[in-house]
Amino acid sequence: MKTEELVSLLAAGITPVHGNTASRRFAVAMGWGVSGAALLLVLALGIRPDLAQAAGEFMFWMKPAFAASLALASFIVAERLARPGARLGFVWAALATPVLAVWLVAAVVLVNAAPAQRADLVLGDTWKTCPFNIALISLPLFAAMLWAMKGLAPTRLALAGAGAGLLAGASSALVYALHCPELAAPFMAVWYVLGIAIPTLTGAVLGPRVLRW
Amino acid sequence: MERIEERDARFTATENQLRALLIQGLNGNATAYHQFLKALSAHFRAYFRKRLFQRPDDVEDLVQETLLAVHNQRHTYRTDQPLTAWVHAIARYKLMDLLRSRANREALTDLLDDELEVFAASDTDAADARKDLDQLLAGLPDRQRLPILYVKLEGLSVVEAAQRTGMSESAIKIGVHRGLKALAAKIRGGA
Repeated sequence: MKTEELVSLLAAGITPVHGNTASRRFAVAMGWGVSGAALLLVLALGIRPDLAQAAGEFMFWMKPAFAASLALASFIVAERLARPGARLGFVWAALATPVLAVWLVAAVVLVNAAPAQRADLVLGDTWKTCPFNIALISLPLFAAMLWAMKGLAPTRLALAGAGAGLLAGASSALVYALHCPELAAPFMAVWYVLGIAIPTLTGAVLGPRVLRW
Repeated sequence: MERIEERDARFTATENQLRALLIQGLNGNATAYHQFLKALSAHFRAYFRKRLFQRPDDVEDLVQETLLAVHNQRHTYRTDQPLTAWVHAIARYKLMDLLRSRANREALTDLLDDELEVFAASDTDAADARKDLDQLLAGLPDRQRLPILYVKLEGLSVVEAAQRTGMSESAIKIGVHRGLKALAAKIRGGA
C-alpha cells in the first residue's frame, strides 16, 4: 500500500474529535471501579457496624483524607501517563505529600506514645488482613483503570501500569475505610501504604504486557 | 550560534504550521488534516530511515503504522501541549515497540535522541509498504470493512453508508474506528 493512499483514507470523512478524552475515560472507569469495589466490600467484608458513631471522631477522617488526596494526585498522574509526551512536572510532589504527611503524623504519635503501646499502634487488630483486603477490594478498580489506560496511548508502559495500579489502590483504600476498624496513624502509615503498593507494583509488572497498543 | 538560532526558528515554524493543521483537522477539516498527515508521514519517514538503516524494508511499514497510531489516538492530543512532544512520543514508542519485538539490542542503543529530531528532516520519497490495502481490508470482518470502504474510500457520508449497509449510524462510526485499529495491527502482523 502506498502511504499516500493511507493518508487519503485516514483523512476522508473525518468528524470533529473532542480533545482530552483521557480524563473523561478515567472518570468513567472510576465510576465503575468504585461501584464494583463498594459492592465487593459489602459482600465480602461488610461495612463496620459502628460507622455512624466512628464518623463523629476526628481521627476517623484521617484515612479517607489520606486516601482521597492520594487518589486525586494519582488520577492526574495516570491521566498524563495516558497521553503521549505529557510531562508529569510537579505531580510527583502531589503524590508524595499525602504519604509523607501520614508518615510524619505516625512518627509524632509513636514518639509521644509509651514504649509499651507502640507495637499496638502499628499492628492494631487487623494488620494481617488489611493490606490484602485493600488489594482484594482494588480488583474491580484495577481492571477498570487498566481498561481506561489501554484505550488511550501510554508510551511508558511500566510506569503507566504503576499509575493505573496506584489510582486503583488509593481509591480502594478510600472504600476500605468503610470497613476498617483501625484509627491509629502508625497503622495506616504501614499497612495502608503496603496495601496500596500491591496493585501499584502489580500494575508496573503487567503494564508492558497488557498495555501495548 | 546563528545556525542554531536558524534551526530553532525552523522547528518553531514546523511546530506552529503542523499544529494549526492538526487543530483544524480535529475540528473536522479534512483538507487540513490530509495536509497534516502528509507532512507528518515525510517527517516520520526521515526519522525512521535514519534509525532503521539496517532494516530499510521496515521503514514504510512503520511510517504507516505510526500514522494510524496518530490517527487512532488523535483524541489524546491536548491543544495546550507542544505538538512536537506528542508526535515524538508516539513515533519513538512505535519504533521502540518494533525494535523490542524484534529483540534488536544493537539498535536500541541508538535511541537516546532529542524530541526535536522528529521534525529534523522530511523525506517525501516513499517506498511502498509491503501490504496491499485491498489485501488488508479483505481480512477485516464486514462490520468493519464495509464502513471503511464506503466512508473512507468511496467518500459516502455516515448516513449514506448506514442506508447502504443497513447498519446504524453509530455502528458505522464504530466500524470505521475499530477497523482502523485492526488495520494498524495487521500492518504489523506478519511483517
